[in-house]
Amino acid sequence: MTQSELMRIEADQICVDYNGTVALYDASLHLPSGCICGLVGMNGSGKSTLFKALTGFIRPSRGHIRINGCSVARAQRDQAVAYVPQSEGIDCDFPVSVWDVVMMGRYGSMNVLRIPRQSDRVAVRDALERVELLDLRDRPIAALSGGQRKRTFLARAIAQRASVLLLDEPFNGVDVRTEKLMAELFFQLRKEGRTILISTHDLSHVRDFCDLTVLINKTVLAYGETSKVFTPENLSLAFGGLPPDLLTGNSSSEDA
Amino acid sequence: MVKALLISATVGGVCGLLSCYMTLKGWALMGDAVSHSVLPGVILAYALGLPFSVGAFVFGVGSVATIGFVKQKSRIKEDTVIGLVFTGFFALGLVLVSKTRSNIDLTHILFGNVLGISIADIQQTVLISALVTAVLLLFRRDLLLFCFDPTHARSIGINTGFLHYLLLSVLSLAAVAGLQTVGIILVVAMLVTPGATAYLLTDRFDRMSWLAIGSSILSSLIGVYTSYWTDSSTAGCIVLVQTGLFVIAFLFAPKHGILRHRFASSMPISSLPNR
Repeated sequence: MTQSELMRIEADQICVDYNGTVALYDASLHLPSGCICGLVGMNGSGKSTLFKALTGFIRPSRGHIRINGCSVARAQRDQAVAYVPQSEGIDCDFPVSVWDVVMMGRYGSMNVLRIPRQSDRVAVRDALERVELLDLRDRPIAALSGGQRKRTFLARAIAQRASVLLLDEPFNGVDVRTEKLMAELFFQLRKEGRTILISTHDLSHVRDFCDLTVLINKTVLAYGETSKVFTPENLSLAFGGLPPDLLTGNSSSEDA
Repeated sequence: MVKALLISATVGGVCGLLSCYMTLKGWALMGDAVSHSVLPGVILAYALGLPFSVGAFVFGVGSVATIGFVKQKSRIKEDTVIGLVFTGFFALGLVLVSKTRSNIDLTHILFGNVLGISIADIQQTVLISALVTAVLLLFRRDLLLFCFDPTHARSIGINTGFLHYLLLSVLSLAAVAGLQTVGIILVVAMLVTPGATAYLLTDRFDRMSWLAIGSSILSSLIGVYTSYWTDSSTAGCIVLVQTGLFVIAFLFAPKHGILRHRFASSMPISSLPNR
């Protein structure tokens, strides 16, 4: 894997709208390999829309996204992007074990029948070791704590060996141990040249370990080194400084 | 009688396996919709001299496509659209029955007639069951991932749109097979109850599949047998046994049954998300 001067994520002026409601416009973002970046904004500011665009779940109506210099479809095939959902986004009673979930990270590299090979088992085992869940590998996810569940999904991303990790509110409702362990893992992953994009509205976490910060409110308001982006003006812009109707443009206010 | 036992056990097994996905995906209403929507297809197929399954399948998939289309193009919520579309299809079927001059017995379609099943129908049902089983086994893991976390599936390049329609097609086929045994009205029970029963009994998908298949086959056998000897509705008997098994699981399941919670309420319930 070449790490020199490689841009992990390049998004140029992307616009996304859902049936006429603008979710994101003119958002541009360039992230190099080996960095931890905080994506900060209010609810409904377009954080999850940006994630969906990066994972290929929705296609921007305008603009380009390149991941590792390739199209999003190519990145999907290369298993380049891993998405770690927020706890609310998954059915916690689903009858699967920790091992099963982490193995799902390997599906993309398997054949059509998804029969795990030795290499897949090794990857899953390694990932579980890194998040300290190997002992609980046979436990159903319904019997995990919030923090353990979070680590399970992080392990899935690690097992996938993705170069871009998208984390949705990773620190919501986790215990101190998990938080520490995750921060440590993020530093390790950064060292391996992976790029981690963390969506959050908790500013203290961003200040603590994000190299870069992206402030978002329907568009990218500011982005760059965390210390430079975190100015009072920028933050007020991100958190409700502007009236929302100015941002939704020509959309009908009823749906916004 | 032996024919009826074998065929309803086959259909029961297939529907049991599928019911796991229906339960986990939350598609009970979709199952109801598809099964009711096949009525006009069955009538038209009989009128045109085609195998009934062809007509049923076309209308089953058609209803799903209509539901998807209306939902996407309007602001109406999904459950409303489902209710609207399937009753429309069903009503069309009722009108067609009264307008086509043929010897179709509506009650056989609505409530099943497994004790009087013809050889041709057996062949079709077996074929459909084999096809559904093959698809479910082949795409077992993909479908499970699709039900569990479609976003992840998408991000690793799995075609979730394809899986969505695959599962819906399989659902249509299973509904067609199921209407032979229990009829259109009650086929949704075959597609939901075994999965729900099994879901209360285990936290592992493999075990859940086996339990669902097992309970479904058992219900079919007991149901047909009872109905034969007591001369009562076959569909009613099968579904009653299924419901009975569900009630037993609901009360006595080791981990998720309500009695366990009552007697062990002082113990920590690990399944609650701790915040």
